[in-house]
Amino acid sequence: MTLEPRNDAFVAFEHVQKSYDGISLVVKDLNLSIAKGEFLTMLGPSGSGKTTCLMMLAGFETATNGEIKLDGRPINQVPPHKRGIGMVFQNYALFPHMTVGENLSFPLEVRGMGKDERETKIKRALDMVQMGAFANRRPAQLSGGQQQRIALARALVFDPKLVLMDEPLGALDKQLREHMQFEIKHLHESLGITVVYVTHDQGEALTMSDRVAVFNDGKIQQLAPPADLYERPDNSFVAQFIGENNKLLGTIEELAGDKALVRLATGELIDATAVNIKEKGQKTLVSIRPERVEFKPEMMPPGAHTIEAEVVEIIYMGDILRAVLKVAGSDEFVMKMRNTLGQTKLSPGQKIKVGWHPQDARALDP
Amino acid sequence: MAEAATNLLTTADGRPLKAALAAAQARARRRAFLLVLPLLLFVVLTFLVPIGYMLKRSFEHDGFANSAPTLVNWFAQNKGFDPANPPEEAYAALVQDLARMQVEKTTGQAGTRINYSVPGTISLFKKGAREADTLTPPFKEALLAVDPEWGMPALWRGMESASHVYTPEFYLVAADRKLTDEGWARGDDGQRIYLYLFVKTFIVSAIITVLCLLLAFPVAHLLATLPMAKSSLLMILVLLPFWTSLLVRTTSWIALLQEQGIVNDLLVGIGLIGNDGRLSMMYNMTGTIVAMTHVLLPFMILPLYSVMKVIPPSYARAARSLGATSWTTFRRVYLPQTLPGIAAGSLLVFILAVGYYITPALVGGADGQLISNLISFHMSKSNWSLAAAIAGMLLVAILVLYWLYDRLVGIDRLKLG
Repeated sequence: MTLEPRNDAFVAFEHVQKSYDGISLVVKDLNLSIAKGEFLTMLGPSGSGKTTCLMMLAGFETATNGEIKLDGRPINQVPPHKRGIGMVFQNYALFPHMTVGENLSFPLEVRGMGKDERETKIKRALDMVQMGAFANRRPAQLSGGQQQRIALARALVFDPKLVLMDEPLGALDKQLREHMQFEIKHLHESLGITVVYVTHDQGEALTMSDRVAVFNDGKIQQLAPPADLYERPDNSFVAQFIGENNKLLGTIEELAGDKALVRLATGELIDATAVNIKEKGQKTLVSIRPERVEFKPEMMPPGAHTIEAEVVEIIYMGDILRAVLKVAGSDEFVMKMRNTLGQTKLSPGQKIKVGWHPQDARALDP
Repeated sequence: MAEAATNLLTTADGRPLKAALAAAQARARRRAFLLVLPLLLFVVLTFLVPIGYMLKRSFEHDGFANSAPTLVNWFAQNKGFDPANPPEEAYAALVQDLARMQVEKTTGQAGTRINYSVPGTISLFKKGAREADTLTPPFKEALLAVDPEWGMPALWRGMESASHVYTPEFYLVAADRKLTDEGWARGDDGQRIYLYLFVKTFIVSAIITVLCLLLAFPVAHLLATLPMAKSSLLMILVLLPFWTSLLVRTTSWIALLQEQGIVNDLLVGIGLIGNDGRLSMMYNMTGTIVAMTHVLLPFMILPLYSVMKVIPPSYARAARSLGATSWTTFRRVYLPQTLPGIAAGSLLVFILAVGYYITPALVGGADGQLISNLISFHMSKSNWSLAAAIAGMLLVAILVLYWLYDRLVGIDRLKLG
């Protein structure tokens, strides 16, 4: 599940463990390598160890065991100010007693840079985030989004090769957050920097990242590009954590390669793709994305098993219609339909048949 | 334009908006006022009135003006008289008043009043009053025969000045001025104690403030950053002195620091000093500074703590990640943000120290006395007006400092907790 560290990795965690109290491990045997120029997101619920990993990389926490390497060099003993890593904090951490310009000047001054060079760099960094006119303002006079841009500019002004971001968009409203996601992504692409991004917002992780590491319980559950993560989750935790997900409990009836026939608890048979299934007769949890569920016979692949369903509720959400169905004893089965002109109108109580492509139903560990 | 438009705004039923707003808030404002009324009365009665009375006393003394009406009257009619050679009528008025003092037993009051500006005159007045009714004209020669000091120009200047109930004389005395035969002048070098003590008080207070700051800063930082359980324990240790009687704390310092005290015993015991070389750390300035620093320390710790508590640790982390060493981080990021706390704590400690009385009185000895001990001394001698004048000067000095502070730091940056 975890990749073996490669020698050419820009950032490498090698068997890293972290404990705060000497009793339990917050990070359990972490192996992760990040390539130069990659945008890697650590995603997970709070307490999953993702922020601890970031803090160890930044140098604010020390690894209890294992080695962290930056550009091939072990950095466990290197103090944070000598690591040359840019960092954007959750609440921006802009120094309130300095102007925006002074905030940006700070990392350059401590590096002993001359005045002219500093001014050039500050101007360039501020222009980069479209905040060129704000150099003389104080952070308190800026809106949340503007502070976010300044924090970004400050983390980039000294040209770090690696930038860490700790839930940087958490305090912004939804629209601004989405806008900033694209800006950060574009900055990453145009500057060619390596970014390690921590968030608990899966939408953010899917939109921005080259690869996402899903953390839970101090371990990486899956490390994959966003599309793989969403469409081909490795285990039931990832399937449930990323996106909306329908769960059906059952037993493997037949197993041929990765094709599986699953008998549900209520007796129906469905097709599924076996993911981490070892043998016939095993208990399984089948995961199906709501938007991959079909109820029109012509949309279903030929020969696919269908299953009886009863409409419980239709929720109008603008771009989509969300149907809550009663399927195989569960009345939390969700189907999403595009709100198109010709869309069939369903009403509560209506009996329909639903099905899906066997590839979209993934039989996972229960 | 815009402002004219806002002034014209009216409510839906045509009333001016401002009047409507005031009416709507009047009830709430009345209730708020009633709530603060008890405190307001308390402050007026126990703070403003006494201070006002004190300031009045510092300008006022009727001890001589009341007991010598004839002379007061003569002074009023002869404004430009020569104090070096007062005419016979003046002496006649004086003898008449002395006789009256003897009858009304007011010699002491009058003498005490003149004694402020011309020391040693109480006995002169007593002797003069006793013999006043035996004197015959010409009174000048007769009175000078009783005591030639009655001819002192300084005395006549003093009596002229004392004939007014209100006088700035006490402030002149408190500023080490002295009434000589030629008028008010700088006092003799050996006798100028007031200004010296003023300066000394301010210097000692500044030293105590700096010591408190140096000691309190790390403690406040620990308090603000330690985990809850440990910081609560530390907070109790900080507050414990607050809950202990001042007298007990001061006496403990005596037990510790006196020549036969614990610290000296320990130093002799480990051989750092000889038995005959015991340090004198009590009943002098050292004792005053040590004990007062201890007593005032919480007043520095608490404002600092309240400021440090709200500085997020991410600032320091951000500075470190931007490449600053821990010292640079402290100097350029942490310290500037604690300034409101430093300012508040320093102002608090300094003002408290300037007016401190009991600790220097107990442990200061002869050398460690401050200006408030002098005020207390004059109060015990019933020199109310002089005590009030020194206190008035202290008050003005504090107000000036406060004003300076406001100009330099800004009073809105003060954060007491």
